[in-house]
Amino acid sequence: MSRFLARRLLFLIFTLFLTTVIVFLLTRVLPGDVARVLLGRDASPAAVEAKREELGLNDPLVVQYVNWAVDFVRGDWGQTFTSPRQDIRTIVAERLVNSGRLAFLTLLIALPLAITLGVIAGLTEGKLSDSVISVLSLSVVSLPEFVTGLFLINTVALRWRDNPIANTLGWFPASSAIRPDLSFREALPALWLPAIAATLVLMAYIVRLVRAGVIEELKKDYVRTAVLKGLPYRTVIVKHVLRNALLPTVTVIATSSGWLISGMVVIESVFSYPGLGRLLINTAINNRDLPLIQAIVAVTVVIILLANFAADLLYALLNPRIRLE
Amino acid sequence: MDHNTPILAVDDLTISYRVGGRWLRAVHDIHLRVQAGEIVGLVGESGSGKSTVATGVMRFLPPNGRIEPGSRLALLGDELAGRSRREMQRIWGARMAFVPQNPATALNPSLKVGEQIAEIVRHHQGLDRRAARARAVEALRRVNLADAARLANRYPHELSGGMQQRVAIAMALSTSPQLLVLDEPTTSLDVTTEAIILDLVRTLIAEEGAGAIYVTHNLGVVAQLCNRVTVLYAGEIMEEAPVRALFERPLHPYTIGLIQSMPRLGQTKEHATLPTIPGLPPSLAEMPPGCVFEPRCPLAIPICRTKPPLDAPDGERRVRCHRWGEIARGEVTLQTSVEDGIEAPAGTRPGLLHVDGLTKHFPVRRSLKQILRGIHPRPVRAVDGVNLSIQQGKTLGLVGESGSGKTTLARVIIGLEDRTAGTITLLGADVPGTVHDRARETLAQLQMVFQNPQDSLNPYLTVGQALSRPLIRLAGMNREQAAAETRRLLEAVNLSADYAHRYPGELSGGEKQRVAIARAFASNPALILCDEPVSSLDVSVQAAVLNLLARLQAERDTSYLFISHDLAVVGYLADYVAVMYLGELFEVGYAAELFHPPFHPYTEALVSAIPQPNPDRPTARIRLTDDIPSPRNIPTGCRFHTRCPRKIGAICETEVPPWRDDGDEHYIKCHIPLDELAALQRGVAMDDGA
Repeated sequence: MSRFLARRLLFLIFTLFLTTVIVFLLTRVLPGDVARVLLGRDASPAAVEAKREELGLNDPLVVQYVNWAVDFVRGDWGQTFTSPRQDIRTIVAERLVNSGRLAFLTLLIALPLAITLGVIAGLTEGKLSDSVISVLSLSVVSLPEFVTGLFLINTVALRWRDNPIANTLGWFPASSAIRPDLSFREALPALWLPAIAATLVLMAYIVRLVRAGVIEELKKDYVRTAVLKGLPYRTVIVKHVLRNALLPTVTVIATSSGWLISGMVVIESVFSYPGLGRLLINTAINNRDLPLIQAIVAVTVVIILLANFAADLLYALLNPRIRLE
Repeated sequence: MDHNTPILAVDDLTISYRVGGRWLRAVHDIHLRVQAGEIVGLVGESGSGKSTVATGVMRFLPPNGRIEPGSRLALLGDELAGRSRREMQRIWGARMAFVPQNPATALNPSLKVGEQIAEIVRHHQGLDRRAARARAVEALRRVNLADAARLANRYPHELSGGMQQRVAIAMALSTSPQLLVLDEPTTSLDVTTEAIILDLVRTLIAEEGAGAIYVTHNLGVVAQLCNRVTVLYAGEIMEEAPVRALFERPLHPYTIGLIQSMPRLGQTKEHATLPTIPGLPPSLAEMPPGCVFEPRCPLAIPICRTKPPLDAPDGERRVRCHRWGEIARGEVTLQTSVEDGIEAPAGTRPGLLHVDGLTKHFPVRRSLKQILRGIHPRPVRAVDGVNLSIQQGKTLGLVGESGSGKTTLARVIIGLEDRTAGTITLLGADVPGTVHDRARETLAQLQMVFQNPQDSLNPYLTVGQALSRPLIRLAGMNREQAAAETRRLLEAVNLSADYAHRYPGELSGGEKQRVAIARAFASNPALILCDEPVSSLDVSVQAAVLNLLARLQAERDTSYLFISHDLAVVGYLADYVAVMYLGELFEVGYAAELFHPPFHPYTEALVSAIPQPNPDRPTARIRLTDDIPSPRNIPTGCRFHTRCPRKIGAICETEVPPWRDDGDEHYIKCHIPLDELAALQRGVAMDDGA
């Protein structure tokens, strides 16, 4: 196991290096001179040249990368290009917390729900409940996110506006714009609707995966062995089947981490939720704010890699066959 | 419950499957009695319904199966036929247990084996965790697994096939059930491992006083293990008898055909062709109205178009045949289509293929630590310096356990794998590494027949397309010539010309293997490598394919390298035999001499492990208890010394044994001189004196 761990860790460091190089290079090879963008179209060539020197853009690429990486690790992510110039780390961290909360709540709703539905569908393959679950989850995922988002606002938020209970709880506001200094509990009322919208996107995928896993495992010989031991149905399913059927789900959660953290721009926009996705698309990319783009992408990459690393470890822990290698 | 109540009493058991909206009878009118301490064999070919009976007795039919009303199924007097699944849960695992065919898939891959046993006793006997674990370790010890306490903490994939099957047996016996149903538990194992499992089952059933049903297609296993035998065909009992009576005086033409179509040890292709049972078993949807065996029966007469009753010739046996009386009195004998043997060209023929110092090592990936320290891990030494030659028109049989390197050797010769060292010469010309480096003529000269025709025929090509490809590409024919030759090839393998338009999915296993053989012969090769070509086939089909191979060889003067784990089959077809163990040859000699001393101790163990279809000839007591060592970690000295029953001392561990020659082209690689070996092995002649 320790050898496995060491190998995965080495792999993690290597991919981290590779992806940060790509992220770094992306912004450097994009057309357009950063210095000129910064100073505006009317700046004199001399001023642009001075700016390039100041930003270190004339150094060799390797030096630029090392400087950038060292700064990034030290937490010095620089300032935004666009005015008012802000400290990048502060705004990214703030948005990251928001996105993290939304992702956490989404997984908290989506995982138990999707796994339960997937297991039910798998166990009743071909029967009514399976068809209902499969058709529903497929039709939900085929709706664009803004449709489900607007639908939720229209049916839930607007209807509940005048409901006294909802009012006291403060749940389901139509706009989820929240102040940065709220605690998770205080922010929770505003998180429900976007989390549900994200759940609907994520769920179908997990349901289908779990369903397929359960159906596949049920066919295996060891299930017959377990049944013929005289074990109760519940034990056969929970202890023998699910242990093997849920394994692929672990990986899926890891792969969806990137989308959960910085890809939910549509849902964030519909609910006016201040997440990382909106910061990336609306602010960073629209303004061609290179340091900001770089910081958000780098943070996302790191999170995706860490999530996959964690998933690998969990997978190995649950699956003794992997550990051997 | 009185003392004579049988453990299991099955009467009028009929089981149907729902197929395409219709209920089709899969087994019909089955009667079985299993007494305490008795093992009842259930034999039949694929499709005979033997597994359906076994799962029906367990009350564990697939969702589309049902037990018809009127069937009775009593476990020690308790009727099981009408029980609900919930009631069966109290019986499964506690009073009746199941041992599956393939232990590798039948054990849960992500649970420790100890826990997989412990959960049964916890559930049925209410033991706490510690007591259950102790019981699990005890159960593992009973099936002779060394170091049971540590083994209980292992996962199934960490065990060898034989160990996994012992775990499955330990699991089944952990609650001391009254009835054990074993479904082909040794089919996926080596003959050496099979022998040990059979010994184990025999002892444990006797000790426990349980009853057992043993499902198998292997008549040898039945003869060696069972007290009584029920022969099934097309879902009906053909014959039921005490084991000795069945093999000495079979009364049903089907039983007679089955017994005859198995090659006996010592029987060769020169003696006679193997008797076969022509035709195919009927499908469920089109059962013959009379005797189900009538369409294939060589003794069929008009009365056989009516259903024969299950008669009882004496208190001990039953038979379902109109003519059993005539058969018993010897008034009719089975006129099977036995022809004279193949006239093999006598004496030594010119050499065709020479393999010299052939070595295939598979490198093992280095771990990071090994790369940093500059260590090269030991490779897998699959084939390790093999010399052999094959004469024109002759067959060299190659035998050995799985893991001995037989298949790798064949794959290197055919060019699917590159070799590490050594030379191959075919007709005096050097043969380069892989098929990519070989000339078209060489490819045409060397062909291969694989073990499983299911996987080796492209399902999207018709038989005609599959056959014409080598004809066009290797034999340089045009389309018309290829079409004509395809017809001739199909005829040569006893298939009618219209098979050219069928897809592999429409063929039976035996027919597919015939097509695979026809394809191998298409380029008119000098040598065909046959890798276990009959081991996936039923006995009666196997006999027909062996006859076919022998005939084609005689007609076309083709050589075979014939790989098989079945020594009787090798003995039948081969002229010479090579015995392989851990990548090296240990014995080479005439096939006719294979079953007579002196043997190499390894050959002796292989031969004595064969379950013979003769209850009066119990297999010799030489058993290889350990598993074959890893080819990464080959023992020093004689590679076989770790398992050798005739090890003489330190010399075996330190020095590579010399090849010894008995002066008659029979070579044995052993430290023991041949005359001493022969003396040690006196009386171990294993054939039937044929």
